[in-house]
Amino acid sequence: MARNENEVSAEAHVSEANGQRSGRRQYAFYPGCSSQKGASASNYLTSVESMCKVLDIKITEIPDWNCCGASISYAEAGELPRHVMNARNFALAEQHLPGQDIVATCAACWLGARETKERLEHSSVLLADTQEALKEAGLQIRAIPEIRHMVEVLIEDLGYEELKKPVKKPLQGMKFAGYVGCQTNRPFGIHGESFENPVYLDKLIETVGGEAVPYDQKVTCCGGALAFSEPDKAQAQIKDIIESAYDNGAEMLVTPCPLCQANTEIYQSQINKKYGTKFNMPVLYYSQLMVLAYGGTAKEAGLDGNVIRARKLEEFASK
Amino acid sequence: MSNANQAMAARYKNNFLKEIEEQAEMGEWVKMCMQCGVCSGSCPTHFHPGWEHPPQEIFMMIRAGKREEVLTSPSMWMCTSCYNCYVRCPRKLPITHIMHGIAEYAYRLGLAPKMQPTLHLSQTFWRNCTKTGRVNEVRLTQSLYFKDGFMAGIKKGLEMKDVALGLIKAKRLNILEALGFGHKCKDQQGIQKMLAKARELEAKRKNRQVTA
Amino acid sequence: MAEKKHAAYICSGCGLGERLDIAALEAVAKKEGKMQIVRTHPFLCSEEGVAMIRADIDNEGVTHAAICACSRRAKTDAFNFPTTAIARGNLREGVIWVRPDTEEARETTQEMAEDYVRMACAEVKAMTQPAGNPNTGTNKTLLVVGGGISGMTAALEASKAGYKVVLVEKTGQLGGWAARLHRRVPTREPFKSPEDTGVADLVAQIEADPNIKVYLNATIAKTAGAPGRFKVDIAVESGPTVTADIGAIVQATGFSLYDANKLPHLGYGKSPHVVDQAGLEALAKAANGGVIKRADGKEVKSVVFVQCAGQRDASGEHLPYCSGYCCNTSIKQAIYLKDANPDVDTVVLFTDLRTPGNGEDFYRAAQNRGVIFSKGVVSEVVPSGDGLTVKFHDLILDDKNAQIVADLVVLATGVVPNSGVNIEALTAPQVEGQEAQVSEASQLGEVKPVSILNLTYRQGPDIPQLKWGFTDSHFICFPYETRRTAIYTAGPVRRPMDIAQAIEDATGAAMKAIQAMENAGLGRAAHPRSGDLSFPTARLEGCTQCKRCTVECPFGAIDEDEKRFPLFNESRCRRCGTCMGACPVRVISFENYSINTVGAQIKAVNIPDEFENKPRILILACENDAYPALDMAALNRNCYSAYVRAIPVRCLGSVNTIWITDALNSGFDGVMLMGCKHGEEYQCHFVKGSELGRYRMSKVYDTLKGMNLEPERVLDLEVAITDLHTLPKKIDEYTAKIMEIGLSPFKGF
Repeated sequence: MARNENEVSAEAHVSEANGQRSGRRQYAFYPGCSSQKGASASNYLTSVESMCKVLDIKITEIPDWNCCGASISYAEAGELPRHVMNARNFALAEQHLPGQDIVATCAACWLGARETKERLEHSSVLLADTQEALKEAGLQIRAIPEIRHMVEVLIEDLGYEELKKPVKKPLQGMKFAGYVGCQTNRPFGIHGESFENPVYLDKLIETVGGEAVPYDQKVTCCGGALAFSEPDKAQAQIKDIIESAYDNGAEMLVTPCPLCQANTEIYQSQINKKYGTKFNMPVLYYSQLMVLAYGGTAKEAGLDGNVIRARKLEEFASK
Repeated sequence: MSNANQAMAARYKNNFLKEIEEQAEMGEWVKMCMQCGVCSGSCPTHFHPGWEHPPQEIFMMIRAGKREEVLTSPSMWMCTSCYNCYVRCPRKLPITHIMHGIAEYAYRLGLAPKMQPTLHLSQTFWRNCTKTGRVNEVRLTQSLYFKDGFMAGIKKGLEMKDVALGLIKAKRLNILEALGFGHKCKDQQGIQKMLAKARELEAKRKNRQVTA
Repeated sequence: MAEKKHAAYICSGCGLGERLDIAALEAVAKKEGKMQIVRTHPFLCSEEGVAMIRADIDNEGVTHAAICACSRRAKTDAFNFPTTAIARGNLREGVIWVRPDTEEARETTQEMAEDYVRMACAEVKAMTQPAGNPNTGTNKTLLVVGGGISGMTAALEASKAGYKVVLVEKTGQLGGWAARLHRRVPTREPFKSPEDTGVADLVAQIEADPNIKVYLNATIAKTAGAPGRFKVDIAVESGPTVTADIGAIVQATGFSLYDANKLPHLGYGKSPHVVDQAGLEALAKAANGGVIKRADGKEVKSVVFVQCAGQRDASGEHLPYCSGYCCNTSIKQAIYLKDANPDVDTVVLFTDLRTPGNGEDFYRAAQNRGVIFSKGVVSEVVPSGDGLTVKFHDLILDDKNAQIVADLVVLATGVVPNSGVNIEALTAPQVEGQEAQVSEASQLGEVKPVSILNLTYRQGPDIPQLKWGFTDSHFICFPYETRRTAIYTAGPVRRPMDIAQAIEDATGAAMKAIQAMENAGLGRAAHPRSGDLSFPTARLEGCTQCKRCTVECPFGAIDEDEKRFPLFNESRCRRCGTCMGACPVRVISFENYSINTVGAQIKAVNIPDEFENKPRILILACENDAYPALDMAALNRNCYSAYVRAIPVRCLGSVNTIWITDALNSGFDGVMLMGCKHGEEYQCHFVKGSELGRYRMSKVYDTLKGMNLEPERVLDLEVAITDLHTLPKKIDEYTAKIMEIGLSPFKGF
């Protein structure tokens, strides 16, 4: 069986090599399709780059990386093609950025890549097939790098204390609902966090001086890709999330996932039409909050990329 | 009945469980379900407004040999990949993947519901992202809107006009991508060859014909 | 007998000195308590304090000591003077820890303390230090009845501990049910495959053990005597009856399968291919690892296992309980089939699969082998063609017309205990409250005609039964204990269990039996007052032969002699005092616990006159739960009224109504009785004590009426040890109630 009991929870896998070898933390960066210029999470990329500059984290894009396939491709892709796509990235990272952990900012990229790593490490048959397919592209896997989410790099490799040090302008008096959603939380999750009530995002919000409001839809699914194919179901869930955030006094939503961000932000107007609500809640990335707290400008934080403008933060940034 | 379907039905005769075990990704886990129903209670889409058959029932139907009913069911296609069932299952069944696996198998056999929107999304997404190695979001959106024909696409596009305009204004939607601009991998040829090989190997491993 | 010399020792440690006027307490002990020696120590339980008492015993000839310090449940090791009668005045848990440290409370708190000193002095003067039961038997041979896994285990364990064993088995061979099994459910990592039953090994060990004497084809014709001196007649099928001297008994008589003939709707009797679990074991044994064949020789290709066949039945027609092992057994049997031929279709139809502990691994192992588990309720099994059709309600798919065709159907029918005669159904009900229970029991058809032990006890020939025919057990706290001292039951006769549990159970029972034999030899009590040397005696010249003591004794300790006087078998006695509480003429007493020891305490309490408006409320608290609950409330500093005076009693069953009437007559304003829960979910350490006590107390209300007193003046409370937070509140509420109805008119008489 390809799954054993330990695989459900993320294991500690802090790479000793990182940061200590060169004196600076270096990672093979896997931005993913949505975090490219002009793509739906381009402001995530902007803010992550600004954040990494402040924290002295060196991220180097994996040369010629490709799409992870996301969860939704399951029906058309099948098993092996999906893993081969991720394996290509592993091979490229290992070839060009040897010894570096792969760090993804997108929840789906992270999950897809980790899943592939897990399966390949568990099944010699799958690994052999993958190698054979990779050969067609002139590649091969020698060792599969660790697959990290940017949040893991922040809280495991740096730690909350380290993240707090550069804070120049704490986001005092601002109330955020930390919306963790699904794929940074399940099935792997951040090490040490519970699936039902992960607290890392709340802690990040508090680290930069904001207030994390408790609310009961923290890990509710936004509908994911089904926001396209089953809009009614997805929007019903999004409504639950936004409503609960409002009811508990949040002014903004904060998320670690591009699809969560997009779904909870861009459909608010449609939900308002459908349900007669008056939602207008900005949805931010954790990285945007951090850049602002570190004294960055609205542009450096990618605030211009928010469809529902975070006016309060824009004012805050200009002060 | 499609050829693939006929061939598989004949090969496994009455043993649908065995068929799922051998053909569907993670299908070997189905027999391990202990019928507690936590998955059904954990599925977010089960409540808005509900599946025909939540996972617990799908597993039971597989054991009861209800082949046609399972493979033609729209239920598996409701999965949002939220992994709630997966982490809560006391038997640690990878339910999310099992659902995907059964859905994929139904699709391969030509039994998936016609015009199933999530299936269509899956097809479109994969074809889109493997074409150049990276997703072209504009083309992806276009092909999704126009799946039901030209007029329906225009209508849907108009409905979503505000959403799109908002994204364009926020520089998060580059309409030039529609014209073939946008992000691509350099080694597209390598990717195509690699994927062709992968499809061939998978068919061989599962002892079935190459599709797509 | 040496001259009596009384002493009181007052501790001023633990804050007693700060909170109480110790000099006043000394004066009370001296003047009112009439103690010849009164000493105070700042740390009485210290080495030095104990040495002070020891010196008085050795040098001053102190025979009776009232230790006024902490609760009698504290510092028992320090205040252990085996030859000296000891009473304990509870000044710490009974007074300062339950009273607020305020100026207003000071006076009433001091009054409380002075009363407890008076009571301790009065009690100790009424006591005699017990010397132990002289009527002991020192036989140390264990009788084990039943030669199955439980019986063989008990025998071997006792032998390993150095005791001789007589093992009586009614059939011609050892092994019991387990000998009829092909394999047993796994007991070791990885819990994936059935294991050897281990019967052959056990039998070999028994046969090689010189400590164990086995009688096959034998039954117990008569059991007379008492722990340590049983005389047991063993009737051997072909041969003379043997009489054995026995110290203690383990009854491990096992179970019978529920009769599948009562399940015709499940096809039993209609088709030879519907079998019970024993039937499948026989087929598997015959196949011996090869493919399993039906009675007609056809290879089995498909099987359906029907769980809970005639068990967990809510209709009242079949067994109401779960037999515990059948789920694992069906899993095991399905694995027999799968291991012999993986292509056999095996379906287990269940409503709840109960596989506790590592059974869960076994369950998964079966799933991994392809055994199908379906949640469903079988309505009917009908022969069809060469095989059978099983019709069931699929509970997951809610399909009421689901069906499966199979070559063979196995019914998991569960167990019926081989527990002997239901003695409560035999004897006429003695207590009103029991009537309903008895008739219910007889309805279930539990009265079995054949006695197992043939005890010559007044109360009947077998161990009392608890529920559904399973033998007695103090199921909440002391599962091995029966109401027949030194007779323990073990294995499935006691409750449904599997082999692993039966082995553990039998080991425990053997150990308990050894303890009981040893205690009996030393003239000491067994559980729960283990080590107690006191025993009841009766002043027969005052006895009216009313038989209440013999009838009420929960332990069958008292027989009647030919003149119908009570005949105490001290070794059977658990020292609960129910006989003493029952005796209308108060002729039964223990040396250190009697009508007088408690009565003297009641009389010693200083009753303020009615103008002081200070009520006095007597608490008679069971020492097993209620008194510890009071102590624990004190430990938590949960305060309560200063108007109560608590006296521990051995059991509510030992409370004689004279104490209550005496208290009310002498001016107490109310009496609180605190005892354990009784009835089906009883918690009484003596099983029936609190129930009998309560029944008796219900008559007190007539007495109250006769005295022209309100019925509220006596309150019967059910108290568990966990009530430490609610109990003080209840005391305060009762005090308020008494204030409301007014003080007793009996003051000052």
